[in-house]
Amino acid sequence: MGEFKFITTSSPHIHSGESVQKIMFNVAGALLLPTAAGIYFFGMRALVLVIITTLAAVLTEAIFQKLRGKPITVWDGSAMVTGILLALNLPPGLPLWMAVVGAAIAISLGKQVYGGLGMNPFNPALIGRVFLMITFPVQMTTWINPVDGTTGATPLQIMKMQGVSTDYVKLFLGNIGGSLGETSALMIILGGLYLLYKGYIEWRIPGFYLGAVAILSVILGRDPIFELLSGGLMLGAFFMATDMVTSPISRLGKIIFGIGAGIFTVIIRFYGGYPEGVSFSILLMNAFTPVINRYTVPRIYGEVKVR
Amino acid sequence: MLKTFRGGIHPPYNKDFTKHKPVERAKLPDRVIIPMSQHVGAPCEPIVKVGDLVKKGQKIGEAKAFVSAPIHASISGKVTAVEPKPHPGGGMVMSVVIESDGKDELFEGIKTPKPLAELTPDEIKNLIRESGIVGMGGAGFPTQVKLSPPPGKTIDTIIVNGAECEPYLTADHRLMVERPDDVVLGLEAIMKATGVKNGYIAIEENKPDAIEAIRKAIQAKDGIELVELATKYPQGGEKQLINAVTGREVPSGGLPMDVHVIVDNAGTCAAIANAIKTGMPLVERITTVTGTGVNEPKNLLIRVGTPFSEIIEQCGGFKGEVGKVIMGGPMMGLAQSVLDVPAVKGTSGILVLAKNDVNLSEQSPCIRCARCVDACPIHLLPTTLGKFAERGMWTEAEEYHALDCIECGCCAYVCAAHIPLTQLIRLAKNHIVASKKK
Ligand code: SF4
Ligand code: SF4
Repeated sequence: MGEFKFITTSSPHIHSGESVQKIMFNVAGALLLPTAAGIYFFGMRALVLVIITTLAAVLTEAIFQKLRGKPITVWDGSAMVTGILLALNLPPGLPLWMAVVGAAIAISLGKQVYGGLGMNPFNPALIGRVFLMITFPVQMTTWINPVDGTTGATPLQIMKMQGVSTDYVKLFLGNIGGSLGETSALMIILGGLYLLYKGYIEWRIPGFYLGAVAILSVILGRDPIFELLSGGLMLGAFFMATDMVTSPISRLGKIIFGIGAGIFTVIIRFYGGYPEGVSFSILLMNAFTPVINRYTVPRIYGEVKVR
Repeated sequence: MLKTFRGGIHPPYNKDFTKHKPVERAKLPDRVIIPMSQHVGAPCEPIVKVGDLVKKGQKIGEAKAFVSAPIHASISGKVTAVEPKPHPGGGMVMSVVIESDGKDELFEGIKTPKPLAELTPDEIKNLIRESGIVGMGGAGFPTQVKLSPPPGKTIDTIIVNGAECEPYLTADHRLMVERPDDVVLGLEAIMKATGVKNGYIAIEENKPDAIEAIRKAIQAKDGIELVELATKYPQGGEKQLINAVTGREVPSGGLPMDVHVIVDNAGTCAAIANAIKTGMPLVERITTVTGTGVNEPKNLLIRVGTPFSEIIEQCGGFKGEVGKVIMGGPMMGLAQSVLDVPAVKGTSGILVLAKNDVNLSEQSPCIRCARCVDACPIHLLPTTLGKFAERGMWTEAEEYHALDCIECGCCAYVCAAHIPLTQLIRLAKNHIVASKKK
């Protein structure tokens, strides 16, 4: 037996093979479904917007890390996911340079200033989106209709202004005005189911988020199906509220997070000045996440109730 | 319904290397290194000196303390050294080295005891103590101590742990297939010694042949029940097992006896049976030699004290480039730096991992994916504990129950960021315990 130098790192000696990169690339893969729907309904313009926003996000991360003398970690895929998510939350006709600004803000102010991946309290894509909404309110609410490309209103706006609902099938398939990636509930659900199946998201947040919105709609005399299918709710529930970094870690915490986001969404939609409230709701719950984590520490095995 | 617990993981089990291979008797070693500490508790004092001639089964280490277990020669021959030697559990430990005379002669003092039916509870306990029997799943707690709960603690259930949930290992599996009656006899002895009427033998459902064999062996026995467990790691963890079988939870900081349970490993039961049938103390055990880095994986019946190098040689030696040599399984085993360490009473396996199978991925920041939280069988928050440990926040780590961690490795196994969570939490535990001693 020859002389070997054995590795002596401590147990466990095997690993599941899961990695941050694998998770991020899978999320990006799932996002391709709503992206494809966006391209189908809004044309090549949508594809260009997604690519530009993603590139801007990745580049911003690289530049930021380079300037700070940190290792460049863009290959972990997290900036890519932020870029795609931001693009899916933008009006398909938004001027490209504005999208670039949004992506730069998302990564720099939403993530890197806090110390990068894992440290940011708020979902970076939503930070980018909210920044754009405040800075370019007109462009951010100029919606184009699918197919003919004329401008028009989103189903939620129509509901808010005129109290008129939109056909369920149209809502479900995505043949409506709105942000690039939020129109097709079908594609979002398929993408979400893929992530659930792979175990990359957990059902409690989307489940309780959508459930809370549906139940509150019924209680408040609104049409729950319309509320579920319109606006950014599906995209938010499956892809943004489930952002691991900014949502609670315990099961109970996830339930509270989902219900909380649902309540805020309904309040903003029904009583607020904006027709849509998903972004703000999720950001609000992001702010609560540390508190939720503190108060939902699970009861451990063998813990006696009174100590 | 298969019984189980909440949390845990499903690693690849890799038991096919050895699960169908009958136990083979290893060849008589030329030399054994027998450490005076192979158990939890006080080390033994060597009672032989260099030059002494000893025989198989002769006591060579005396257990003076209550929590301890005597140690016996595993071969006949001459004592050539009594000095500290590397121990597979780490560090240097006082050991007796015996050079074989090739005769493997039995010590005259070994006498077959009375059959179990005629033994009194105290005689059984004494036999177990004098035979040096300790927990053979790896922990090595002296068995007799377990069977003697302090006054005020009542025991109503004995569970034989046949889960063998560590990947790769098949020593208990083969034992249950080949010697089911010994496992049952050992359990009966424990039940008689403790006066308990309820015995369970719990086996993971991925060992159907062992389940069948045990089922047959207990057919005519009263008070012994077979429990089929879901296959999930760490199903064989004492706390998880008790929870699965009885629904009880061992209180934080407590012991199984606090919920009236004693858990003993299947191998331990067979060792007890052997002592009752022949009077032989614990000087040999089945160990699984396996992994991607060894040529002929086997289940070997080895003498305590056989150096790892000899055992691995008997399995065709190393295959390809070796990354790690581990005593025990891949989840909780101890990586070795040298091969002249001896197999001890608790050596359930020797796992050789090829270089390519050793995970050396780089660590990335925690993305709070909560995989570790879902995997922890104790329902701790490993990510939070890991962060406390990284920052030296020991008080906070204690508040978040770091001391309850059973070091099963589930959290680190699933961690997407490849953070050595188990290691960090172990560090925190050491700090907390050290600060308490002050
Ligand atoms: S599994 Fe790893 S990355 Fe995920 S929360 Fe736990 S420590 Fe963080
Ligand atoms: S924290 Fe401890 S008990 Fe929990 S999974 Fe990690 S090693 Fe196991």
